[in-house]
This record gives sequence, C-alpha cells and structure tokens, in this order.
Amino acid sequence: MVKTRGQSRGASAADLDRRDLLASFLGASGAVLLEGCQSRERDIGLPPGELVGPSVALGHRIRDGLRLSFPERELQATQVVIVGGGIAGLAAARRLHQEGIEDFVLLELEPEAGGTSRSGQSDIVAYPWGAHYVPAPTREFPALVQLFDEVGVFEGTDAVGDPVVAEEFRCRHPEERLYYKGIWYEGLYLASGASVDDHRQMTRFRAEMDRWVAWRDGRGRRAFAVPVAAGSDDPVVRALDAITMAQWLDQRGFDSPRLRWWVDYACRDDYGLRLEQTSAWAGIYYYCARIPEVGAAARPFVTWPEGNGRLVHHLYSGVRSQCLLGAAVTEVTPRQVEGKAVVDVLGVKAESQQLFGYRAERVIFAAPQFLSRYLIRDYRDNTPRHVTEFSYGAWAVANLTLSEIPQSEGFPLAWDNVLYESPSLGYVATSYQRGLDYGPALITYYYPLCDDDPRAARQRLLQLDREEWAEIALADLGRAHTGIRESAQRVDVMRWGHAMIQPRPGFVWGKARQLASQPFRGVHFGHSDLSGIALFEEAFFHGTRAAEEVLAALRGRVDSIL
Amino acid sequence: MSRTAILYLNVFVIATCGLIYELLAGTLASYLLGDSVTQFSTCIGVYLFALGVGAWLSSFLDKSLARYFIEVELAVALLGGFSAPLLFLSFASLQFFSVVLYCMILVIGTLVGLELPLLMRILREDLDFKHLVSRVLTFDYVGCLLASLLFPIFLVPDLGLVRTSLLFGICNAVVGLWGTWVLETGLGGGVIFLRIRGVLVIVLLVAGFIKADSFTTWSEDQLYSDAVVYSQTSRYQRIVLTQRASGFQLWLDGNLQFSSRDEYRYHEALVHPAAMLTQRPKRVLVLGGGDGLALREILKYDTVKHVTLVDLDPAMTGLSARFPPLDELNGGAFRDSRVRVVNADAMIWLEQPDEPFDLVIIDFPDPNNFSLGKLYTRRFYRQLKSCLAEDAAVAIQCTSPLEAPRSFWCIVNTLQSAGFSVRPYRVSVPSFGVWGFALAQLKPFVVPQGCRGDLRFLNDRVVEALFQLPNDMQQVATEINRLDNQILVYYYDREWEIVR
Repeated sequence: MVKTRGQSRGASAADLDRRDLLASFLGASGAVLLEGCQSRERDIGLPPGELVGPSVALGHRIRDGLRLSFPERELQATQVVIVGGGIAGLAAARRLHQEGIEDFVLLELEPEAGGTSRSGQSDIVAYPWGAHYVPAPTREFPALVQLFDEVGVFEGTDAVGDPVVAEEFRCRHPEERLYYKGIWYEGLYLASGASVDDHRQMTRFRAEMDRWVAWRDGRGRRAFAVPVAAGSDDPVVRALDAITMAQWLDQRGFDSPRLRWWVDYACRDDYGLRLEQTSAWAGIYYYCARIPEVGAAARPFVTWPEGNGRLVHHLYSGVRSQCLLGAAVTEVTPRQVEGKAVVDVLGVKAESQQLFGYRAERVIFAAPQFLSRYLIRDYRDNTPRHVTEFSYGAWAVANLTLSEIPQSEGFPLAWDNVLYESPSLGYVATSYQRGLDYGPALITYYYPLCDDDPRAARQRLLQLDREEWAEIALADLGRAHTGIRESAQRVDVMRWGHAMIQPRPGFVWGKARQLASQPFRGVHFGHSDLSGIALFEEAFFHGTRAAEEVLAALRGRVDSIL
Repeated sequence: MSRTAILYLNVFVIATCGLIYELLAGTLASYLLGDSVTQFSTCIGVYLFALGVGAWLSSFLDKSLARYFIEVELAVALLGGFSAPLLFLSFASLQFFSVVLYCMILVIGTLVGLELPLLMRILREDLDFKHLVSRVLTFDYVGCLLASLLFPIFLVPDLGLVRTSLLFGICNAVVGLWGTWVLETGLGGGVIFLRIRGVLVIVLLVAGFIKADSFTTWSEDQLYSDAVVYSQTSRYQRIVLTQRASGFQLWLDGNLQFSSRDEYRYHEALVHPAAMLTQRPKRVLVLGGGDGLALREILKYDTVKHVTLVDLDPAMTGLSARFPPLDELNGGAFRDSRVRVVNADAMIWLEQPDEPFDLVIIDFPDPNNFSLGKLYTRRFYRQLKSCLAEDAAVAIQCTSPLEAPRSFWCIVNTLQSAGFSVRPYRVSVPSFGVWGFALAQLKPFVVPQGCRGDLRFLNDRVVEALFQLPNDMQQVATEINRLDNQILVYYYDREWEIVR
C-alpha cells in the first residue's frame, strides 16, 4: 500500500520518512490524515505563509559563547537595566516608572516587546502568537486589577467588591466545544455517551476540587491563589507537588477515560505537559485558583482578538522611550568599581550588529532562568544547580487565514475548539471573538510538544519548517473540517523553543525556584518561571516584585503594591 | 423601401422576437423553479436544439414557401405571445410546469427555426448566395443583441414578463400580416383568408396586452396555492418566496418573515409608534429589514431626509429588484433617493456609525442562532446608544410575547439593563399570531400620540391599546442577554420547541 502510494507520487524513500515523521505528530490516525491531505495537496498546494519566531540563530550564538569586547570608558551609566521585554520585564519597567525612576533601559532581543504574549495583525483581525487570555483578577490582587482597569476592561464592581468585566472583553459565548468522532459537542468534557460511573467520577472530582477551593491554612491563606506566592505553603499543599496528576487520580480511583482526558487536556493547555508529567499541585491549581469560593462562578476569562497582545501594547506604550528592541544582551557582569558594586551589561543590536554597553547600579533579570547560565558571567563557569532544574516546554502556534469559517456538524463554532483525538489543543476562533461571523476568518492553532525530555521536544519542534507545520495544522484540523485546506489562504507559523516553564513534580515546591529568586550581586530576578507556572499574573507579579527589590535597594524603602 | 430591405427588416424582427421568447422562458423558469443557472442553461439548450429541428424540417417544405412562412409567423405570434401568461397559469401545479415549459420551448423553437431557412430560400430569388447568407445572419445577430439589451433594461422592469411576451407576439403577427403583401406574388389563392387570420391574431394579442393586469390578478386568485415562486441560496441564508391566493410570503431559512396579506399590521406597528415618539424624524436607521417594508412606512414621513438601511445580505436588499411584486409591495422603497443601503453585519457596522439618528428601526430575524443572538445583547444595545440623537426613539421586533414570553421579556430586560427606558407592546398579525415589539428611548416617556391618518391599521386609539398588555403577557423575570452567555438563544430554542 505504502509502496504503491510512493510510486504514484514518484516519492523517494526520504519523502516517505518525512511523511512518517509528520504522521507521528498527529497521533494514532496521523498517516490516514496526511494521506487525505496530500491527495488534495496535489490539486491545491500549500497556502503561503511565513515562519515567524524568536531569533533562534542569534540566541544560539550567545549560548555557544559569543563574546564581545567593549571599551569600559564607553559604558553608558544608567540606574537600572532590565534584561528581557516580556510581561515580567514590562511590568518591572512599569513599576520603576510609577515610582519616578526614569533612568533605566529595557533590553529585548526580539524586534517586538511582549515575549510569548506577542501578537500579529492581519487584514481581518489582530491575532495572538501565544498567550491569549487572563482570568479576571480579583480584589485579592489589587495591582493587577489596577492594570486591567487602565486597559478599560471593567464596568464596576460586584457585591463582594470584585471588578466586573465588560461583556465585550469576555469570551464570546459559546466558550468551548469538543470534536469527537464526527460531531462537535458543547463544553470540553465529553458528556455525550458517558456512563453512570463516568458521571459519578466527574461529580466526585468536582467535590475534591471544591474541598481544595474551601481549604484554608492556619494563617487563612487559600491553597491555590493568584499569584502563587499568596497561596499556602502548608505541608499538606506542598505534598501535592511530590506526585504527578496521574498518580493523584490513580490514588483516588479516578479511572474514567473521559475524566482523565479532560484533566490531561487541562495540563497540556496550561502547562504543555501530559497528565503523567504534571505536578498534582499544578493540575489542581488549574481547577481551583480561578474559583473565589465554593459555589461561586469561576472568574471569567478576559480576552481580546490579539490575546494578551492588548496588555503588551498597554504596558509597552507607558515605557516605550526606555525600551531598546532588537537588542541582544550577551553578558551581564557584576563587579566592584572603586569600591562600589555595579553591573555591566553588554550586547549587540540584532539588525545593525552594533555593540552596546551599560554600567548599571542594579539589573533586573526578567528573562527566563535558563538564560542566566549563558548571560551572567559568574554563572558561566560555575552554574548554580538550581538553574539547571528549570525546564521549558516547546510549542508551535499557527495562525490560519481562511476564506470563511469552516462548516461543522453539531454544536456551532465556539471561542475554543478542541479535538478529542488530537495531540494538539485545537484552535481559538480569533476573528469570531472579534465579532466577525461572516466572510474571511482567522483561527489560531496551538500545538504543545509534550515529550518527557524537553530538549527532544525542542529538536522535534525545530526540525520541521513552516511548510511542515502548516501541513500538520491543516491535516489535524482536517479531521473536523474537511474543506479547511481549500479555504486556507495563509498559514503563518511560530515556533517557541522555550515557551513555558514546566511544573513537573517537585519543581514548584522544590528549592530551585526559591534559590533562583534570590538576588545575586546586584542582579534581581523577575520572571514567570520563578512561580513554576507560566501565567500572565505570575510574570506581572515577579516583574513587579523584582522592581520593588531594586527600588528598596536604591531608596532604602518602598511601599509595595503587591 | 425595396422588397429585400423589407425582408431584412423581417429577419431583424424575427430574430429579436425569437430571443425574447427564449429569455422569457429562462427567466420564468428561474423565477418559478429557483436555481437560475440550471433553468437558464436547460432552457437555452432546449431552445437551440429546437431551432435545429426547425431548420432540418424546413428541407421537407418545397412548394409555396411564402405561405408556409406566413403560417409559421402567425403560429409563433400566437404561441410566443401567450407563452408567459400560459406558463404562469400552468405553474399552479408544479409537477406539470416543467412539462409545459419544455414542450412550449420545443414548439416555439422549432417554429422559429423554420423561419430563417424559409425566408432565405424566398430571398434567394433576389440575391446571390454569398450576400444572402451574410446579410441574413448579420440582421439575425443584431436583432439578438437588441433583444438581450432591451429585455433586462427596459422590458422586464417596465413592462413585466406577461406584457413583454404579448408585445413581441404582436410584432411577429405584424410581420406575418405584412408578409401577405410583400410576398403576395408567391402566395397563390386564399390571401384574404390569411389576412383575416393575421388580423385576428393581432386583435387577440392586443386584447391580452390591455387586460394583462387583471389577467395576472385573476390567475393568482384562481391558481396559486403556496407555490414556490422564487428561491435563492445566498451566502448567508436561504431565501424563498411562496405564493397563495391571499398574497405572497417571504421565508428566510424556513422561518416566515411576512405575508403580503397582513404585513402592514406588523410594519405599521413596528415603525409608527417610534416615529410618533420622535415626532419629526429626519435621520433614520434601519437595522435588518432588507425586505424594504419598514422603509415603506418610514418614507411616508416627509420630514425624513435620509434613511440608512444596514442589512447583512445583498441578496435580500436586492430582492425587490429581482422580484417585482416585492418592489410593488414596498412601494419601490429601494429606488427612493433618500435610502442608502449598506450590506454589513450590524454589530460590526455599529462600531463606526456615521451620524446620530433620530429614529432607529430594528427588524432582525428571531434569535435562533448565536450570530443573530449577538444582535440582541446588552453590548449591542450599548453600542447602539453611541449613534442615537438625544431624543431618538428605537423600535425593536422582539418575537411573540404569547408563545415565547421569556425570549420577549429577555429582550425588554436587556434593553433596560443597557440604559434604555422601554415600553413593550404587541400586535395581532394573523399569519404570525400575537407579535411583540419594544419601544425605547434614552429617557422616560409616555405612550406616544398623534398617529397619522393615512394608515391601514393604526390610529391613536389602537396605538394606545397596543401598549396595554393582557394578563397572559405580563412581565417575567429573565437573565440579561450578553455576548458571553447568549441566554436568549437558549430561551428562544426552548420556547419555540414547545410551540412546534
């Protein structure tokens, strides 16, 4: 069968290997999906598109030991240098700016700020390249409430004093649907065809979650709070981090396949990890942190067509003049100069290859922790053990421009559209969230690579080019939408090598993240990875926290907003 | 004029008439059966084939060519001239319509196909073959061009299908009658009898032409019964028009939108209370309402300077142009220079509305899916506020307060939550049952008075009564319809499921 196919296409053995490789990305029925896809490809071809993506080449040059020499006398003196312009770096810059510190510079490798919250713009609609929603903050996190209020998403407060999100910034109803064997169903839990036992387990699972929502420690802290730092560190809570979510389910006799699929989906969606790889603490966090109290509705998601790009735009616009984009930091060197502790930051502008250098009183390291071993001089030769314990997941994101919203059987289009039998996370109907129901459409496809070894995942991610990822997205979505290839006008692809910190067992409550949060010779660390989970709220928290550490060091004291 | 010139003129007229019959058949078939591509292509195909049959048959006629020519002319005049009325009549029973249609195309085509070969053979006596073929074909094709231009630009819009067919029947008959003089030498005996028949055919056709209006009415009254008279699948919906003795009905995706018999009750109730509340509406916005019937009521106010109608579907706003009875029913509203049509999703359009409006009429289909449900959300009504003048009045169709009370009150409550003062009202429309509306303004108001005197249904007393809701339609508590819950679609589904 395979041989006949190969001959008819005139394909070489290498082609067939390549197709087996692509098929491996699509789960059990991968080969069949690609078969259908490629028979049509002959007539239609692959739509055009671009490979966008972090500056891998420059990043790898720095990793492999790019050393620059920069004359000391030309170092520009500045109070603070922020390394990294993702949410954490922008939040740190915002905090400094709020306190009247203007003598700082934010250095970002990419040509745009925002990190994994970046977005793009098409003729139809703006679209996300990564993070695309944030659960509405509560009064327990006033600094974040303040930020969202500036962006203008609230329309008052509710009875208990939590801000109310205006409906146009919530997920448009219907929020979620699930595709299973030819039909779309409402919601993400496959209720259709569930047995009495499935339902019973689901009820029991919800009761377990309610128990954790209600749980308080001796100091009145919740088990799972936003930010993570506001939650309890009670041994009962920390014990959850010792096992995987799969083990936690096993221990309680949760063996319903659809329940386990639902929880597995949650882990892949939020952490890029499978059930068997995720810390039970993180798995339960997903279900509990959004719910203020038992019986209360979960906090609604705040979202925009361009995802968290809207927040990036707001944060960036406040500190634009202090941001240097396309500026790769190559070396961060704490030293003593004339009895005074300073930190020298060297780098190169990606486009002009022009070198730059700063001498700062303090540095906020708002880049992921794994970079510290390549950038901080002292860490190079003597890498602290905690740095190596940070591991990051790889993701592919594709934005597909379609001539029209794909037809579907069963429950109609939702904000989030998930395929039960796919290793991907399905797609977000981006133009639908914008209110566009007719005509050209744009959808955003997410694919986490959940290998046990994160390095293997990155290799798998990077060995496929734009065309091959487009092929995977079209074949995968073709399960549910047969005409998608015909209607695809463009497929743009982003490959995130280090998309999100992975809360594998033992990491969140292990020593590594506490140690990594400690300042080192004038370098203060602030990044979402320090919380163990890659959420907007955590990035904002740690960026702000690091900035407040610096403010305290520069001024002696600071009134914390956290 | 020489004999040849006259015969060329005949070729020209014959060609024009021939193409007109073909176009008539195609148009009628697509009007009545829908799917214009199929109908047109089969009609043209069958017609051209029949022309060939005629040409082939012509070789069997050898003697008295001139007489045959005139007989054929009169037959074409009679059949072609009465083709449209006959087809309308036969449409009463759908299953026979196609049979009648294609038989008629075959017979007319065969007769027309006989015409030119006969005429060329007659002209052979006057010209050499080279010139004969060239001239005859030239006039034939020029005639076709004229027909194809006249038909859509002048004939269908101004004369209608029935009169067009009768008019060209008359042309054919005149050519035949004239031929009895031009070709007199070749006719032999019985010329007088031929001429009497020619005159008779003309008289019949002229009589038909004059009485065409009453014919149409009579045939409708007698024969239509829920027949599909127009159907089209646009990008957004399936549009179907059906006809019965009492009038025609518009259906979108299988849901009745109006019946021409009693729509005036609905549209008067939709437009006039709001217009009375604004007092002197100048700038008017219509959302939905692509049938133009709300426009008809709005345009009755001389104070109205311009009306912007926003409807998603160009197929709906263009329907009046393609289905003349609708154009007649809405009083040619779309041809009024005050009306501007925008084909857009109302919610997207509202993001950048152009001017403050004094009067807004919202006539969307019922909220039976999420794309329609969003047009009834609090967000939508809040957006609407940004394009309202201070004293603006808004009227909204809200489905039936009797059959779907939760849906009805959900719309009213949602409007209130968006900051409007709202007064709900209802009207009886026989084709629908009891139908509900909401009248809204940004400030509190009382039931308006001062109804115009020229309406079929409303007067001041009736307007007042509309706002007095019977006990079985009193307010019920509902959730607010929002973009992120679309609760109205669920209410609506549940309530109409029970009714069905």
